[in-house]
Amino acid sequence: MASRSNRGTFMPEAIPKVTVSLKVNGKERTVSVEPRTLLVELLREHLDLTGTHIGCDTTYCGACTVLLNGAAVKSCTMFAVQGDGAEITTVEGMERDGQLHPIQKAFGDSYGLQCGYCTPGFMLSAMQLLSGNPAPSEHDIRKAISGNTCRCTGYQNIFKAIQLAARNMKEAR
Amino acid sequence: MLSQLGSEARLLAGGQSLIPLMKLRFTNPSDLVDLNFISGTSYIREDAGTLRFGPLTRHSEIADSSLVAKVPILHDCAAGIADVQVRNRGTIGGSLAEADPSGDWAVALATLSTEVRCLGKSSEHTISLKDFIKDAYTTALAPEEIVSEVSVQVPAKGSGGAYLAFKRAAPVYPTASVAVQLTMHGDTCTDAAIALGCVGLTAIRASEAEAALRGKTVTGREVAAAAEAGQAAADPQPDMRGSVEYKRNLIGALVQRAIGIALRRARGEQVESGHIYA
Repeated sequence: MASRSNRGTFMPEAIPKVTVSLKVNGKERTVSVEPRTLLVELLREHLDLTGTHIGCDTTYCGACTVLLNGAAVKSCTMFAVQGDGAEITTVEGMERDGQLHPIQKAFGDSYGLQCGYCTPGFMLSAMQLLSGNPAPSEHDIRKAISGNTCRCTGYQNIFKAIQLAARNMKEAR
Repeated sequence: MLSQLGSEARLLAGGQSLIPLMKLRFTNPSDLVDLNFISGTSYIREDAGTLRFGPLTRHSEIADSSLVAKVPILHDCAAGIADVQVRNRGTIGGSLAEADPSGDWAVALATLSTEVRCLGKSSEHTISLKDFIKDAYTTALAPEEIVSEVSVQVPAKGSGGAYLAFKRAAPVYPTASVAVQLTMHGDTCTDAAIALGCVGLTAIRASEAEAALRGKTVTGREVAAAAEAGQAAADPQPDMRGSVEYKRNLIGALVQRAIGIALRRARGEQVESGHIYA
């Protein structure tokens, strides 16, 4: 399945591309990708939405978490073509009219991040939690973020940030 | 379609096992057939004492189902598989068809009366879960067949169960898991089913452990005997998750704990339980 290019390097054969249409952060997008392209690669490399990070690429760390029709998923463990017709929310789609989302604000106010690499994933997991459960218990929060890894070991402040976001969102309602 | 693509093609359900395996180059399918765009494959229905699951029903849908809440062992299993993100994608049919030795569903469902419907090009048949899973990563599915439904008999009143999986962190496979379903008549155990996970090529039915409880008044002595028999039935491999001795001890503790929860649930108590983290 490989051919030699005229410069003598070994190049894989071109794979026919597939058209994927999906709604990302409220905008309809149509992209042509190789079938093997992962959803996270479509977001980062084809749409330049680099807020979604690739941490482990092995379905462990949750840095690539996005919302697929409102449900948190690891975008490194889904093919882009599987997102055809879906609505995707990434960290870039959290703010409204130039205002940070209450979850983003609470992560800042509670120092819920250190290096920030895992933060988009945590915030989207928090978003799924709070959309269905406006007053989560301690257990609910821990369970909701158990698929996200922070290697600065900042879990306590992440936890506090989600509690703060829940309070603020409830008051704003 | 599968018959045209040949034997190296694979079906893609939730993809939460298959895609990671492909990334590691442990498996290299010639083609993938995505089942997710077929409608009507995700449902939970109850008819005449049987719960019926569509093959692409996600773990998260099962965890949130009020029908499933009546069978606590199923809720325990669904609500604790990996993490939120994986449960939002992973499916019950995919989990059984993958037959991963560390999978959760095959263990929990082994203690209940479970059947798997297999749909081929021109035929459909139903087999028991016991006959469906042949070996590690091997099922009775013919190359052109897919799982079209998983059905589970709702245990009778007076029956209680629990599924406990011990994990180092949410996203990893369990180190060991135990499923127990007990039918009680007063203090007497009239039937017992105990299955062990991650300590063999497939889920292991611990029949000696079951015999230690069946027909007996269950006291601490019977529970200890069942835990010991469970340890003996386990056939663990040493790996990064623990040594053989460690895993055997773990199985014993999990059997003991799961029996305790199953007994309380059989008495009608509401007990919150599920996967345990190290």
